[in-house]
Amino acid sequence: MTRTILTNARIVDPSQNMDETGAVIIEDGKIAAIGATAANALPSEGDIQDVQGQLVIPGLIDTCVHIGEPGGEHRETIASASKAAAAGGVTGLIMMPDTSPVIDDVALVDFVQRAARDEAIVSIYPAAALTKGLDGEQMTEFGLLLDAGAKVLTNGRKTVKNTLVMRRAMTYARDFGAVIACATQDAYLSGGGVMNEGLFASWLGLPGIPREAEIIPLERDLRLAALTGARYHALKLSVPQSADAIRAAKAAGHAVTAGMSINHLTLNETDIGEYRTFFRLSPPLRTEDDRVAMVAAVADGTIDIISSAHDPQDVDTKRLPFADAENGAIGLETLLAAALRLHHSGDVPLARLIDAMSCRPAKVFGLPGGTLAPGSRADIAIVDPDYPWVLSKDDIVSRSKNTAFEDARFSGKVLQTLVAGATVYRA
Amino acid sequence: MAFPHRHLLGIKSLSEHDIYYLLDRADEAVQISRREDKKTSTLRGRTQINLFFEASTRTQASFELAGKRLGADVMNMSVANSSVKKGETLVDTAMTLNAMRPDILIVRHSSAGAVALLSQKVGCAVVNAGDGAHEHPTQALLDALTIRRNKGRIGGLTVTICGDVLHSRVARSNILLLNAMGARVRVAAPSTLLPSGIAQMGVEVFHNMEEALEDADVVMMLRLQRERMDGAFVPSVREYFRYFGLDQQKLSRAKPDALVMHPGPMNRGVEIASDIADGPQSVIESQVEMGVAVRMAVMETLMLSGANQS
Repeated sequence: MTRTILTNARIVDPSQNMDETGAVIIEDGKIAAIGATAANALPSEGDIQDVQGQLVIPGLIDTCVHIGEPGGEHRETIASASKAAAAGGVTGLIMMPDTSPVIDDVALVDFVQRAARDEAIVSIYPAAALTKGLDGEQMTEFGLLLDAGAKVLTNGRKTVKNTLVMRRAMTYARDFGAVIACATQDAYLSGGGVMNEGLFASWLGLPGIPREAEIIPLERDLRLAALTGARYHALKLSVPQSADAIRAAKAAGHAVTAGMSINHLTLNETDIGEYRTFFRLSPPLRTEDDRVAMVAAVADGTIDIISSAHDPQDVDTKRLPFADAENGAIGLETLLAAALRLHHSGDVPLARLIDAMSCRPAKVFGLPGGTLAPGSRADIAIVDPDYPWVLSKDDIVSRSKNTAFEDARFSGKVLQTLVAGATVYRA
Repeated sequence: MAFPHRHLLGIKSLSEHDIYYLLDRADEAVQISRREDKKTSTLRGRTQINLFFEASTRTQASFELAGKRLGADVMNMSVANSSVKKGETLVDTAMTLNAMRPDILIVRHSSAGAVALLSQKVGCAVVNAGDGAHEHPTQALLDALTIRRNKGRIGGLTVTICGDVLHSRVARSNILLLNAMGARVRVAAPSTLLPSGIAQMGVEVFHNMEEALEDADVVMMLRLQRERMDGAFVPSVREYFRYFGLDQQKLSRAKPDALVMHPGPMNRGVEIASDIADGPQSVIESQVEMGVAVRMAVMETLMLSGANQS
């Protein structure tokens, strides 16, 4: 038996309502005992590591991660994404299916799982395409894909346009108890828009995307979730009217959850400045008022989950005029550090942030981890919540460098990441 | 009056007594059909028109044979050479045929309610040979006859209907008939193939076929049309067969002597495995034989003991 003991730890585990100083005893990759009581009954043998009062939290689970493999390995591979994740305290992630080819077949789910097993240092869970080729027309083989190991069904970056297809997919998915996770953006209403519609876009001379482009398909989906009884997760929300819709659906008792990216909680449209394409995201960065309201929606739990929306893009898709560039920014490495801004500003309690990036993702998608309860897998991040640092482009672990936080100042850094008790990252 | 109906438009209008009456007559018709000389003169001199607006081989042949065994003069009209193609309305077609003084019309149409509409415009008996996704009463009767002849009863049996209930007139007629006869009816299908409100139709709803088959006395498979298994209602043939196709493993959950039924035509390897379709529990061929008998019974009853006897 191998035993690791973390002593002198400030343990924050919202899954157990725990925020106390104590020890974590890990045996054979699993939590054996935790907390102040564990500190009072330390076993005599094992590797002891004094974490000197730093934070010990359940490893983060990032629910919206784009990886280039297969088909775009120059942007990111499963292996490189897993290293970036480990550097960010992320011990598990859901990989979006919009690769080339699209993960819409059992054989491709197998491919992802094999690559993850052989090459990744954190847990990688495949999401399967909701429709074949993400074309929004024909359902994929939900039952076979889920049996093969897919954890969620999603159309990735694309919103299903056809309402009847969406209804049937939700109806069919309900029989399997599967979660359907959706980005909601009306392709017609967005038109050729590239950023938030409003005065700022008008001055820049860029076509805007109205907030209604997000709200209308979201409200459609929520009504379909009510009609079909399906489990529905809104992947990427950005405006408070969306949070209102989620709040109402939850109050009505529907099986609905919501997530959003850390980018939209810490940045706003003015960060685009002079056409900086790393801030071109989908949904677009919104106004400061929107950001503030969405932070409150995270604090009150309306928005369940914070993800990185990690989306690696290379210079060929980003070093272009703003309107011609691709959407997306990487984020695995900075997810926790950026989220701690909301803790330091006093807007969101630390426990809620960890809940939103670890416990809730595990619960909503039925994944291991998200807790440090005895018996669970020892997926752990050790964090100095106050450590001051500046993100230098040269330090980025991810294969792509399109971060929205280049040269940004952070307070708080991941010191060490453990997956099943084994250290996979050390700062 | 032994049978108080002028037409047979659906199971819904039949009482339990009506159903017993038809099944008893059908038992007699089975004997006739098994004789060397199958021809009777019951309907001699009567004219039967089979009016099929929707393609059918099996049902039309069954009605034709039934009419001929009863001694009627049978004429087939199929949509391919009918004036409907030239723009005539359904009602005009009915009026035209009515003027030729038929005694009984056998009608199939792709629209629910079309047969009932036609029946209001003609002066003869009308038998619904299938209207859209509404009813197919002779199929339900032949299924009931098959069950009763094999199990000795219908009341108290557990019957599981599997597959595309949403588009199936066979399922609707069977649900009505089996409930009227006191059977316990279950349906098993993916939710995309179940109509809204199915739980209030007198059935227990299952999305897991093995659970639905637990201790069943009868398994009724429904046909899934090809165009419905390419991602619109179900993702693919292989996924459908995996979860809702009747194979040995799933069938083993039913009673060992459970009957396996299918209204035909079958998609082998889609809704039913070949070895099951051809296996000892299958009564699929027997259903075809019962079909002729039931249709003889229905036509004879409408002509001779129903409201058409004046």
